[in-house]
Amino acid sequence: MAIWLMDLALDRWRQVNRLARGEGADAAPLALISDTAHGPRIDAVNPAARAAGAAAGMRLADARALCPALAAVPSDPAGDLACLEKLALWAQRWGPWSALDPPDGLLVDTTGASHLFGGEARLLADLAAAFGQRGFAARAALAPTAGAAWALAHFAAHSRAQPAILAPGDDPMRLLGDLPVAALRLDGDVITVLRRLGLKRIGDLVGLGEGGDPAAARDALQRRFRNRKSPATNPLIRLDQLLGLVPEPLLPVVAQPMPLVQRQVTEPIRHRALLDRVLADLAADLQRELAARGSGARRVELLLWRVDGEVIMRRLELAAATRDPAHLIGLLAAKLDGIDAGFGIETLRLCASWCEPLHAAQADIEAAAEAHGTTLAGCLDRLAVRLGAGAVTRPVPHPSHWPERAQRWQAPLESEPASQGMLNFHQRPLKLLDKPESIAVLYAAPDGSPQRFRWRGQVRDVVRVEGPERIAPEWWRERSTARLRDYYRIEDSCGARYWIYRHGLVGDGRGGAPLWFLHGLYA
Amino acid sequence: MSRFSPSLPVPSVASSYPGGARRAAARWRPGLASQPLHSEIFAPGHQACGVGLALALARDALKAAADSADAARRHVLWVQDRAAIRLGGRPYLHGLPADLRYRVIHVAATSPEDALFAMEEGLKCRDLACVIGEVAGNPRTLDFTASRRLSLAAERAGIALWLVRLDAAPDLSSARMRWRAAAAPSLPPRWNPTAPGAGRWHAELFRARAHLPGEWMLSDDAGALRAERVSPLAASPPDHGDLADGSGARSLAAG
Repeated sequence: MAIWLMDLALDRWRQVNRLARGEGADAAPLALISDTAHGPRIDAVNPAARAAGAAAGMRLADARALCPALAAVPSDPAGDLACLEKLALWAQRWGPWSALDPPDGLLVDTTGASHLFGGEARLLADLAAAFGQRGFAARAALAPTAGAAWALAHFAAHSRAQPAILAPGDDPMRLLGDLPVAALRLDGDVITVLRRLGLKRIGDLVGLGEGGDPAAARDALQRRFRNRKSPATNPLIRLDQLLGLVPEPLLPVVAQPMPLVQRQVTEPIRHRALLDRVLADLAADLQRELAARGSGARRVELLLWRVDGEVIMRRLELAAATRDPAHLIGLLAAKLDGIDAGFGIETLRLCASWCEPLHAAQADIEAAAEAHGTTLAGCLDRLAVRLGAGAVTRPVPHPSHWPERAQRWQAPLESEPASQGMLNFHQRPLKLLDKPESIAVLYAAPDGSPQRFRWRGQVRDVVRVEGPERIAPEWWRERSTARLRDYYRIEDSCGARYWIYRHGLVGDGRGGAPLWFLHGLYA
Repeated sequence: MSRFSPSLPVPSVASSYPGGARRAAARWRPGLASQPLHSEIFAPGHQACGVGLALALARDALKAAADSADAARRHVLWVQDRAAIRLGGRPYLHGLPADLRYRVIHVAATSPEDALFAMEEGLKCRDLACVIGEVAGNPRTLDFTASRRLSLAAERAGIALWLVRLDAAPDLSSARMRWRAAAAPSLPPRWNPTAPGAGRWHAELFRARAHLPGEWMLSDDAGALRAERVSPLAASPPDHGDLADGSGARSLAAG
């Protein structure tokens, strides 16, 4: 069964704004827009705007020329997709298996389930009523294959007397032959090609037109589209999928309930010792829950309901998946300092809102090695809890030649991004200052290299110098007035070695006299 | 290597130290197998020589103690407090030694207390190769008790700690080796005589439990630590490792 939510974006917008269809702001022309490289483009329009001439796919400026009163609201595709996922789970009430058909469709496998609703026609009626109650305009169709159901849902004429149902014994072309070729879920350019070839209906493709020979029609299409391998660009593959001649794998939506453990206490907890005790029980419960699923928690949320209705929440993120109760308790205990229990805490809940697979591992055979120290992930968790999540990081290379951008900081146990090997033409300093510090060059050699400069109130004489190494700004990111840098490696008279640069050139037209900065320290 | 035979008279200086008499007379040299686990390096804050020396010593110690295959893949925890970051900046990936480049985990602590906590946590972790700390000045929290905690944690786990003290006065500490580092004129590079060369540090070991104090010019030569003995007397002969010399001049109360 295919379900088409015709106005998903607008229906969601109406629900968010608590409007009924055609009421309030919805009575006036309104369009949902998204920003593109060529200005705002319309994603969806309401009936009033459609009557005024606006259509999805138009630019907002063009639509405003037709209908100056058109109101524009930014669309929310991510929210629509999340809503669609929830609807896919909800739609499992009509069948055990459902899949997404983005951006606005659902596929549900109702094989052997329609008798529960009193037949296929009544199932479709039930579905229309259920979606109508939730405020979504939906059209559904039943067919033996996903492709045929999709085509019927989107393009067949729907009426209460004749619902779009293709029974397994029917001739598929009886219902599908008259549908336009767009019902084959093809890309726009392929549809254009077919239209130019004069093939407007699905029946034309199988050679059912006047005087058509099915074998010759298929052969001609095969030759015309022999280079197209993906189903969305090859009408023959789509046609075979529609008729059930080739399989069409679909990715089902599976609900993943969050591991959640909860305790309610008869006597509200007011003291920390008791709270720690109940927390230990909860952590042990959570460990059993997670071990049963073979997963470990990456994020744990602790919610405490107080008697007076306040909810206290503590969130914990872990560097690696774990379900060790002692570790979790140790980290949570650090977060519970200074908690205000008020008149007492009556309900405690611990849920793992982000899980990763974690299979049971062989513990160290030697017990002493286990007790010897913490693991790296455990150590990083403890550091992150005390110092904050952003304090523990790891430098990773980033594809840029600009010194500050050539390294980035990421969480320590995340995998390293793919990067090109480094070209070690130049020596780079061991340490880089967060912000280059301004230095005053007191005397520069005729070739431009500094001979004496003052930094942090001390005058230093340059003994050895290498440079300049000119590093130009990244013109594709920076403003056109960004200045280049001429880097010098220098060594002062006591042996300290620095990385300094001159910011800009004399007379480059991008500011006054160039300034000098100290950027890095060599070991 | 000289060998003491029982019949020879034991040098009087060695007999004055209870336990490890022979170790006490030994001079420090690169590549020693049994390095102490807690060292302090005092360095000026406007140079990177302190952490450069710490990295060189750490690599030397890790190489000497390379016990298992995964020792080369373990991470290095580099802890800095905010004042140290302001003084000397953060580590830069492209300037780190190639074998440590992808193994550094950086901790930016806001206060010296947090830096001490992070170093102690790192010393308790069995999956780290070593811990490098940078603390600026003489914070009140980094007293003898705190350094004793660090020493004990390092010795319990067998993980080495190199604590770089930027712009600090050598106060009371339980570090097993205490160095004073300063930048020295670099080695002449091979091709361009006017350019700065590979770094060299003037390192003075002024307090060590198992070694005699001394001064060296240390440099990092493609991953190997090179040491050149500097004697206060200009005309002294070069150092020959731990050949027995009449070094009765070990000061206990240095620092």
